[in-house]
Amino acid sequence: MNAVTPIGNLTPHLRLRFPAFSASALAGTSFKHEHLQVIVDQGKHEGFFEVHAENYMGAGGPPHRALEQIRTDHPISIHGVCMSIGGQEPLDAVHLERFRALVARYEPVLVSEHLAWSTHESTYFNDLLPLPYTKATLVRVADHIDHVQETLRRPILLENPSTYVAFSGSTMSETDFLGALVRRSGCGLLLDVNNVFVSATNQGFSAVDYLAEFPLSHVGEIHLAGHAEQTDDEGGLLLIDSHDRKVADLVWALFEGVVARCGPVPTLVEWDSSIPEWPVLRAEAEAAQAILDRHASDNCRSADAGR
Amino acid sequence: MRAADLIGKQPDATPSYPAMLAPGLIDPEYETPAGIVGPNGKSAVKRYNVYRNNVTVSLIDAMAAAFPATQRITGVEFFRAMARFYVRAIPPRSPLLFEYGHEFPDFIERYEYARPMPYLADTARVERAWLDAYHAADELPLATQSLARIPPEFLADVVFVAHPATRIVRSQYRALSIFVANRGGGPVERIEASVPEDTLVTRPDQEVTVRRLPPGGAEFLTQLLMGQPLGDAAARALETSPDFDLARNITGMIEAGVFASLRAGGRP
Repeated sequence: MNAVTPIGNLTPHLRLRFPAFSASALAGTSFKHEHLQVIVDQGKHEGFFEVHAENYMGAGGPPHRALEQIRTDHPISIHGVCMSIGGQEPLDAVHLERFRALVARYEPVLVSEHLAWSTHESTYFNDLLPLPYTKATLVRVADHIDHVQETLRRPILLENPSTYVAFSGSTMSETDFLGALVRRSGCGLLLDVNNVFVSATNQGFSAVDYLAEFPLSHVGEIHLAGHAEQTDDEGGLLLIDSHDRKVADLVWALFEGVVARCGPVPTLVEWDSSIPEWPVLRAEAEAAQAILDRHASDNCRSADAGR
Repeated sequence: MRAADLIGKQPDATPSYPAMLAPGLIDPEYETPAGIVGPNGKSAVKRYNVYRNNVTVSLIDAMAAAFPATQRITGVEFFRAMARFYVRAIPPRSPLLFEYGHEFPDFIERYEYARPMPYLADTARVERAWLDAYHAADELPLATQSLARIPPEFLADVVFVAHPATRIVRSQYRALSIFVANRGGGPVERIEASVPEDTLVTRPDQEVTVRRLPPGGAEFLTQLLMGQPLGDAAARALETSPDFDLARNITGMIEAGVFASLRAGGRP
């Protein structure tokens, strides 16, 4: 027996094929593993799930089994948290390739990332950090988005951030910056209404004015979430984008205003810490769905034409 | 700003904002960076501290999620203080947080306040190995009958290929017993820690399993995982542990799913 004889079961893990779904006009929730069993037991429902891309970048194991189960019955959205698109360094090629492979494997209806940075000189900070809005950052961020979209061979949605500070060097408003990114890169936008409310409170601007200037016709998804309250150095209100409670009433009101203008858009309720029982999270999504349904006949085109 | 950035590009109005913001995110000695502001002339100190807090607390939380038994042994307050030192000394270099903390057991060994718990670092090693196994690639383990098909005269030359989830943690302490007792929420009885214990971590399907290796087992499997032929590995195990039981170890390793495949017919 001189030849090398492979013995043993070498069958690779079977890659599943998933059905095609649409999430248009649907509300959804973050997917948390503690809810998997009850979601599966209750069977298919109208709604989509969003996952943080990085949690499924391991080679294998239970996270992939869970996502396969969810993806079999529901549309999913893949939400990247740490591409560092708003950073100054070139994108991490290894991370981008992992992202591409994940999107290819699970065929999500939506793919998104953040207008923020999280890595600098190879240290990963695990937070969505802010950037100044200038011509120079605009060019670089647009290049980064191009790089991601060319790699994925599909457009992505870019999310407006929650911010706690501003840069004295900024020369553009956030809405102008996002509008210019859309024109340069062809990306869509993920409008996080809670982030608008948090930033408006923290930065002392009007959330309503911000939303009036937001390029709504390019919004491919909306996020809703809960926030916490702290105080700043002067004792004023400082809001924290905590994703650990129900959506605030004022955020619901802003959301309804947006949907009235642009019609139903896939809307996700995020909940990432102090995770409640599934019915509590699902009820938040149902509340969002009711608002989407009320405005089923509205759409962005007519809203924009009427402005 | 590096010189290369200035060539053929518009000078940046706000050069290197990450370089400006980053140092203070990990190191509390840094003051609030210049160039960031609150609205209407408000201070940015507490505002910048939101980011500092997000970074440190989220990384400590990630450590607590990866090392629950270690945290249960030390208590939450001790663990979070130790993790805070670790996060500041060795922040993550990958955005995949489930890969963070590989240096944590070594850090615990050097951590002065953990000296009264000499078994703590090895318990953390078992937890880290458990998490590696959890995320390892999906592969079917070697079928039980595979070895039985090899003619006896070729057995000594069989070489095994590791299953991606397989990890071995050797300890001078009862690291596995301590891990098992503290991983759940149940009551923990007193464990005589100063007894050597070798742990085998595998994930033959979706569930991570941990088991104690019999005498010579760790030596035997370590040799096989390095690609040594079965005969040589068994001889080495017998040298170090005279009561090494070859048949029991072979049955055990196949059941546990230590290997993905084998090659009969000589060294690779």
